[in-house]
Amino acid sequence: MASAPAPQPAAVNVKIDNFTFQPKELEIAVGTTVTWKNADDVPHTATSKGKPQLFDSGALDTDDKFSFTFSKPGKYTYYCKVHPHMTGVVIVK
Amino acid sequence: MSDIIKKDTSNDGIDRRGFLTCMAWAGAGMVWAMKGGILTARAFSEQVAAGNDADFTFVQVSDSHIGFNKGVYSDVVGTFQTAVSRINALPKPPSLILHTGDLTHLSKPAEFDTVAQVMKSIKTQRSFYVPGEHDYFVDNGREFLDRFGKGTQGTGWQSFDFNGVHFVGLVNVANITNGQTALGVLSDDQLNWLQKDLADLKTSTPIVVFAHVPLWTVYEKWGWGTQDSARALTLLKRFGSVSVLNGHIHQILQKVEGNVTFHTARSTAFPQPEPGKAESPGPMKNVAAEKLRSYLGLTRIDYIEHTGSLATTDSTLASDIPAT
Repeated sequence: MASAPAPQPAAVNVKIDNFTFQPKELEIAVGTTVTWKNADDVPHTATSKGKPQLFDSGALDTDDKFSFTFSKPGKYTYYCKVHPHMTGVVIVK
Repeated sequence: MSDIIKKDTSNDGIDRRGFLTCMAWAGAGMVWAMKGGILTARAFSEQVAAGNDADFTFVQVSDSHIGFNKGVYSDVVGTFQTAVSRINALPKPPSLILHTGDLTHLSKPAEFDTVAQVMKSIKTQRSFYVPGEHDYFVDNGREFLDRFGKGTQGTGWQSFDFNGVHFVGLVNVANITNGQTALGVLSDDQLNWLQKDLADLKTSTPIVVFAHVPLWTVYEKWGWGTQDSARALTLLKRFGSVSVLNGHIHQILQKVEGNVTFHTARSTAFPQPEPGKAESPGPMKNVAAEKLRSYLGLTRIDYIEHTGSLATTDSTLASDIPAT
């Protein structure tokens, strides 16, 4: 196995802006908490794809936040329930 | 804006240059009358006469977004009430009101309460609702259906007849799944129901379909379309007069395909940019407060029985609805 990656912060932010998740692709270590914050004028959600549903932020109005801690490795695709073409992915290693 | 015909080069009563100018102006009262599937543009003065023959009139309001409050859009309840006062100022009250969705902004009970209150103040006999995604995405439409789902089935669809016209309310904001490009989706259950619902109707029956998200692809990049509307449109193709009334895009766009006329309505809360004219489809930026009301509005539809035509009149909140 390659040398261990540089230590990552335990908390990472995803900005929801202009109908996009920024960054769209996020790589984090197991145990990291991701916080989504909505900077748009309209509500969005961050909802995991597939069943059983892993997380759903519910309606995030402007400046609302939602946090989720990823405790298992994997590739997690998520989307916005109101604007389903908005998608993002969290890669947990 | 003058409605005098300036150049009638084809001698058919249509001033194309003036017509195109009218189409571009937000405050235009453009009247479309459909006779046997052929669209005729008429100036207001002509419409006044036709209005008197109308068998009945109904109104479409849309995208009231109660609960929204940002920048210049700080009084969505007030502008919704202005729309209502325009309706109540009509000499002949509309027979029914269609609300094509996004009644609320975040599906909150208090928001729905306010919608119900404002809608109650309209002088009309009956109102019908279809949800927008803002009325559905928070709790799967539970609050919406509790209050406005009476007489509906499945995700909230319904049909009814009024004075010889068959109305169909479709829900295309339920069952939204990850990654779909067009926001709208009807799903097979609803399409199967629609097939049965239309099966025994005569092709001469005028049909009015109302649904939140446009049933044709207005702009794919912003999800402005319905994924599986093709089957619905095929089912509607045989009828002599079909009017599809949608909301969601907060601006007026029209399209004619054979005997089907598609028409979207303005919002009573905030406008959205034209396709591609902004980075994203959210509320239009840089709208001056004093211009706001010219971007908001409602639609009146007159059904003229002896010609079997549906005439649509759009008006903004900056001016009264043209009287019949």
